Amino acid sequence: MAKHHIQTTINGDEVDVLCEPSQSLLDVLRDELHLTGTKEGCATGDCGACSVTIDGRLVCACLVLGVEVNGAKIETIEGMADGENLHILQSKFIEHVALQCGICTPGLLIAAKSLLEENPDPTEEEVRYGLAGNLCRCTGYQKVVEAVLDAASELRGA
Amino acid sequence: MGMKPSPYATKIPYEQKDNKVVGGFPNPADRADAIDKVTGRARYAADYNLPGQLVGKVLRSPHAHANIKSIDVSAAEALPGVKAVVTRDDFPDMAVEHAASGELMVNFKDVTRNMMAREKVLYDGHPVAAVAALSESIAKQALKLIKVDYEVLPHVIDVRDAMKDDAPILHEDQFTKGAGIEPDPSKPSNIATRMESKLGDIEAGFAAADVIFEHEYNTKAAHQGYIEPHASIANYTDGGSVEVWTGTQGHHVFRAQIAKLLQMDISKIKVTAAELGGGFGGKNNVYLEPLAVQLSKKSRRPVKMVMTRDEVFRASGPTSGTNCIVKMGCTKDGKITAAQATLNYQSGAFAGSSLPLATITVFTRYDLENVLVVGHDVTCNRPKVAAYRAPGAPMIAFGVEQVVDEMAEAIGMDPIDFRLKNAAKEGTQTHFGPKLGPIGYIETLEAAKAHAHMKEPLGPNQGRGVATGFWFTIGNDTSATLNIGEDGTASLIFGTVDVTGGMRSAFAMIVAEELGIPFEKVRTAVGDTSALGFNFMTAGSRGTAAGSMATVKATRDAIGRACEIAARKWEIDTDQVVWEDGHARPAGSNVGDFEPLSLAQLAKEATFYGGTIAGHAEINVAMGGPGFGTHMVDVDVDRRTGLVKVLRYSIFQDAGKAIYPKFIEGQFQGGAVQGIGMALNEEYIYNDKGVMSNPGFLDYRVPVASDVPNINTEIIEVPNPDHPYGVRGIGEVPIIPPLAAIANAIYHAVGVRMRDHPLSPPKVLKALEEAELPQAAE
Repeated sequence: MAKHHIQTTINGDEVDVLCEPSQSLLDVLRDELHLTGTKEGCATGDCGACSVTIDGRLVCACLVLGVEVNGAKIETIEGMADGENLHILQSKFIEHVALQCGICTPGLLIAAKSLLEENPDPTEEEVRYGLAGNLCRCTGYQKVVEAVLDAASELRGA
Repeated sequence: MGMKPSPYATKIPYEQKDNKVVGGFPNPADRADAIDKVTGRARYAADYNLPGQLVGKVLRSPHAHANIKSIDVSAAEALPGVKAVVTRDDFPDMAVEHAASGELMVNFKDVTRNMMAREKVLYDGHPVAAVAALSESIAKQALKLIKVDYEVLPHVIDVRDAMKDDAPILHEDQFTKGAGIEPDPSKPSNIATRMESKLGDIEAGFAAADVIFEHEYNTKAAHQGYIEPHASIANYTDGGSVEVWTGTQGHHVFRAQIAKLLQMDISKIKVTAAELGGGFGGKNNVYLEPLAVQLSKKSRRPVKMVMTRDEVFRASGPTSGTNCIVKMGCTKDGKITAAQATLNYQSGAFAGSSLPLATITVFTRYDLENVLVVGHDVTCNRPKVAAYRAPGAPMIAFGVEQVVDEMAEAIGMDPIDFRLKNAAKEGTQTHFGPKLGPIGYIETLEAAKAHAHMKEPLGPNQGRGVATGFWFTIGNDTSATLNIGEDGTASLIFGTVDVTGGMRSAFAMIVAEELGIPFEKVRTAVGDTSALGFNFMTAGSRGTAAGSMATVKATRDAIGRACEIAARKWEIDTDQVVWEDGHARPAGSNVGDFEPLSLAQLAKEATFYGGTIAGHAEINVAMGGPGFGTHMVDVDVDRRTGLVKVLRYSIFQDAGKAIYPKFIEGQFQGGAVQGIGMALNEEYIYNDKGVMSNPGFLDYRVPVASDVPNINTEIIEVPNPDHPYGVRGIGEVPIIPPLAAIANAIYHAVGVRMRDHPLSPPKVLKALEEAELPQAAE
């Protein structure tokens, strides 16, 4: 099958990649670029483990074709920390023990960052609905919600 | 648990002391796993890639039950890019032989048939062949070219149907065995085993009762729902050795099973437990691993296999669906006089459900004199069940805790007071053998009673429910090695797969506590199978309880070596040296006047004084220190839609000793939310062809953040007397009470008893309509 040449920007880096027309963005990230921080939980858009942003918009990478992202700017979990400095959400997730097995964590962090960009002062309920597209089977969500609220408060103060 | 208790098993008596690190809150950024998990660098099995690797895919049965007449793989093998194809012909048959695989037992005759069908396919999704190819698209094309000639057979899905005399039989060579089966049956049956457990005189117990309730309860199969699908990568080398990276709760057990299934030496297999993306009991069994090894052997290339979510649902272990009958009686002043249960548990395609565990946990929260439990392990055309967090317990608690609630109401007693009156305590004789040691059940009930939750006002159509749970803490083989670096920092390698990061943190805290060095100077990691002696899986709530025992032993062993170095330097006897506050010190002033030596100083001089500082533990930890919990929930029932909303939830559980309390809270909350999901939504649905209708997260709906409220947690600490820090297993108890607690809350909200699981809107609505019908007729 002929492959397509895609040029895209991922976490600020310009990237060239060849992909099959049927490959999802998730497949391209994981299998072609070995950016394995973005996780596959279902490949049907139901679990949110593959959350990334394309041109600032939160999406499930499994629901986007690789060939669709030509020229786009993509942000993944690998680009969230600034060098050694974790994003406040990352620090707060650790502090609140908002992660156990951690497989949903990259997706939750990307979704939470997107949520706080849209709504810097969410209520608990808004956080719960804002993250309702991201399944977590370990934590029961409470410590995730606490971490996001704490990060939001710190970001507003900063 | 299927394992014989050993007189040589290790217990270390509880040591009451003030801890500096254990029970506190170390700098979370120093957790061994944390940074990698938030930056995407943690490596789960599907994140591994090897040079030249192939993609492996599995062809699965589209039928619930069929004979395999033939399999033709020639066209698939001829497809360019296909490097290997395997079927039943590539795996040796196995005789009946049982082994412990987590809390459940496996039979190798069945394991080989479950990973790759032989004579028959027994469920929708049963593997029939596997291919390794250059790419996923080629592998998928190859699967389509494999021709399987099936003779479709009648199938059976429901446990009650499977027990009928005229049910389609899955295994012609399966004759019911077990208690009370005499003479040997002449006809095969889907009932693999009948179990019985009793105490006292059940008839006399019911005769003494003033109030008796008996009801039938049905629960649907539910899946563990880990977000990480199964994934394995195998690299077979020409020397006949193989390396496997996989998502597992027990890499040593998997190594033994791969060796058995492929007839290899254990020493030639190295298994690395990748970071695990959730297991909950469902990653206690091999599925892909032997297929990946065999494909790698045939193709001479590394082979990576990852299940889709559809495959996870259709072919990896859900829990048993059940049919249970519970009968209990009490006097009018609230003493339970008799407790009886019939447990019919689906085991799926092969015998071996969680029935043995359910049989012995069913009533073990109560101090009872007369008990009768009868159980049946029943095969049906579903995936072979796997353990799921307190396997078998939530379903029977659904019945028992509702009957307990009914009895309390009938005699006009508060449900917590009723449980307190009948609570199991130290010295309670269980119906399955042992007497209970010191336990914290009563403390959890009293904490619930005293909690502010009890005083929260309830509105119309709102109700409060209570239920309780009990689970074991198993022990078994546990290994650990503590290596002291030349700079005096400590590295612990341990063998029990850390499913949450909690073990790595807890063990580091214990090493820091014992050595007297800061938490951040201790690094902990799970070793691969070549690094340590055999180590049992993360199952039976044993992970932190057993692992911390091995950690204590290995650390004290290393301290002994450090003291030996000091003794040699000071030219005194080793027993004249003590370890205090991170230093070797002379045991008393009569020994001599020596400056204390820090671990770093000793490590620097270790070579001269005989060799590096390390400590080991290879122990069989004794089973013990069971956990008890009480849950309280408030719900709101929408009478128009049947929707149940959880308003408030509180958990009171005995942890023995919480090493890292925030992790314990997280386990309580996570387990309860799994239980809430099981209660309100989750169920396997099959169509009339025996094909699963909802193999995805859209239709098999697990709870999302907006479905659940904040969950109060209260950690009770009644120390386990056989553990130096008093630790009990805590992981499984939290999933036991939610089904029953929510069912009780629904009753107190709207007056209907829910005996058919799940408590989903259609079921609740139907129950409400049925309850209103007689009134309408009057």
